[in-house]
Amino acid sequence: MSYPKEMQAAIKKVAATRKSRMNETYPMLSPEEKQELLNNYHPDYRDDAFRQVQVGANKGESLPHEVVDIIEARSRIEPADFSLTADKEVDVLVIGGGGGGCSAALVAAEKGAEVLQVTKLRLGDANTMMAQGGIQIADKENDSPAIHYLDVMGGGGFVNKPELVKALVMDAPKVGKWLEDLGYMFDKDEEGRMVTRHGGGTSRKRMHSARDYSGAEIMRTLRDEVQNRGIEYIEFLPAVELLLDEQERCQGAILYDLETEEYMVVRARTVILATGGFGRIHVSGFPTTNHYGATADGLVMAYRAGANLLFMDSTQFHPTGAAFPEQIVGLLITEKVRGLGAQLVNNKGEQFVYPLETRDAEASAIIRECEGRNLGITTPTGMTGVWLDSPMIDEIHGPGTLQKELPAMYRQFDRFDIDITKDPMLIFPTLHYQNGGVEIDQRGETAIENLFIAGETSGGLHGKNRLMGNSLLDVLVFGRRAGKAATERAREVSFGDSLSLKHVESFHQQLAAKGVETERVSPMLLPDYSNSNIS
Amino acid sequence: MADGMVTIYLMGKAYSVPENLTIMKAMEYSGFQLKRGCGCRGGFCGACATVYRIKGDYRVQEGLACQTVVAEDMYLSMLPFYPAIKKTYDIEELKARGNVLMNLYPEINRCLGCNTCTRSCPQDLEVMNYMNAAIRGDITKVANLSFDCIMCGLCASRCPAELVQHNIGILARRIYGKYILPAADHLAKRVEEIEKGEFEEEVNELMEKEQEELAKLYNERDIEEE
Repeated sequence: MSYPKEMQAAIKKVAATRKSRMNETYPMLSPEEKQELLNNYHPDYRDDAFRQVQVGANKGESLPHEVVDIIEARSRIEPADFSLTADKEVDVLVIGGGGGGCSAALVAAEKGAEVLQVTKLRLGDANTMMAQGGIQIADKENDSPAIHYLDVMGGGGFVNKPELVKALVMDAPKVGKWLEDLGYMFDKDEEGRMVTRHGGGTSRKRMHSARDYSGAEIMRTLRDEVQNRGIEYIEFLPAVELLLDEQERCQGAILYDLETEEYMVVRARTVILATGGFGRIHVSGFPTTNHYGATADGLVMAYRAGANLLFMDSTQFHPTGAAFPEQIVGLLITEKVRGLGAQLVNNKGEQFVYPLETRDAEASAIIRECEGRNLGITTPTGMTGVWLDSPMIDEIHGPGTLQKELPAMYRQFDRFDIDITKDPMLIFPTLHYQNGGVEIDQRGETAIENLFIAGETSGGLHGKNRLMGNSLLDVLVFGRRAGKAATERAREVSFGDSLSLKHVESFHQQLAAKGVETERVSPMLLPDYSNSNIS
Repeated sequence: MADGMVTIYLMGKAYSVPENLTIMKAMEYSGFQLKRGCGCRGGFCGACATVYRIKGDYRVQEGLACQTVVAEDMYLSMLPFYPAIKKTYDIEELKARGNVLMNLYPEINRCLGCNTCTRSCPQDLEVMNYMNAAIRGDITKVANLSFDCIMCGLCASRCPAELVQHNIGILARRIYGKYILPAADHLAKRVEEIEKGEFEEEVNELMEKEQEELAKLYNERDIEEE
């Protein structure tokens, strides 16, 4: 499955211009040029992709159809017929088995809480496992949390919630140290100094990595530690609804065993949702880099319980998803490829954008090149993309660099007989990240008392655009913060009032009152790809 | 057989699927909605370990369902769970000494040197080589050779000596990361500075700034050279 003939001809043009391009730096966009580019080509700016929400805290706001579809849907539970006798009582219930959930569970357990962690798939089956590029930490002499702060705000369009950004940048070094103490294999030089690189939108080289398994190395380390500490966790047991008490404080959840199809009621003093984002609802029909379980379950449950959402109108499209071969369309090609010097090139073999613009601008420039200027390359199955000139990496840094720095990427393509040290990769933007989510405060708490959220389910931290390397940081910082705050709160909460599903009843009534008649049920739990072509 | 289609056997039952699909997409094409055996769909999580055999061939082969393309007359079954032993330990109590791997997993000594683990690894890792290194107590070598392990457990499922190569690998990596790799002094120093409150004021000032002022600072900030 190497490149077919017609594509090989196009590849020759890339090789032909490589030498002269090596000395070329494409100019960065001015703030005005960037805004114009976004307005014209970013999918967030397409009116026909949006509609108004009719119920809940964000009523009246325009959000992507796919988001409104899962929000304006019925619960899996009929409140009137459901018995709320608790099968289990714990201090802290952690819902989610990724980086956020595991960090939260570890800290909560360390602080003395009785923790139950539940997850829809296996422990560690999460987007954290897939993050390749790295984690931002301002730990070098020429860097500081303040410089990191400014980068985060600029990347997010200056609308980020300041106290969340402060928490992120100030906790980053502590989280780095925590990982180091757990035995994380950071890329370091012989003296132990971190090897750091730029990412899109960084003003200092602060991207820390573990080869291109940065997220996997975090996930397998945290999972190992959860197992070592003997924290109780149950797999294939997603949550389908939150439970409140009579004062509308969160007090547990209804869980659903995917295999036995039985429900389980867990009463908890505090709940931490760390269920990840919405990649698998395929906003605007884009393929996604996301994990199979990324169906925004936590977002749906928290919204139904009364929480409010921030910036759900903004979706991050990763500029470089695979566009060939067909088997891996949508798969993430890490930003590190560009960090190492690979340029983006059109069908004439020319650069058309600075390779490390923020992701929103970079993705828009690629869409413009393909759809606006018709300078893309079309595959035999009709997918259009542009070249990411990976052979430049060994040209710049010496032979063997690509295979050493990007073993996962090299292997992904080698499986299809494509040697990315010799030939470029064809790429097109792919749905990567839910920029917004449920509003939280700096301790991770939502508008619903005793409900905490960590990671991609939450919103506010990244404003309207997250920078590379800030999501691994986010899940660790806010996982740990939520774990700590939820444990401290749990000490003050007693099980007194009866459990309630009134919020679900009321949500159903509001749907009916607005005339939203639907068969849709959410949370979705699992996407259904039986007989579909989506990636 | 229709053009461009192949016949595969999912747990013994025949299905006709397009020839260019991965095993995972072929199962979905056949009408399955996966619960177990499906994770990241990108070769990173090890959820979709699969064993298969091509009709007429005696050899059983291994692969990840999300990364392996189907073939004519492929008989396959997923192996989404394997009851491999995982020892628990307190990382703070371990020492980076040669016998630490052996103490937790004494069965390493049973290794027959048959190389089945290496042949079954979907990541093409030198699994037997790092088992040899584990026997010798060479933690650094185990950590580096096993680094790309996605912990699918196919090696352990095929090992006649019943070793748990993937769990020995992570143990070695954590010891290596914590005790053998030198610590980053600049990181520890930065943590100290933050704990002393050194950046508090500077960040608080930025938090107070209006969008416009912040944007000006951002657009004028200097960017470290490549």
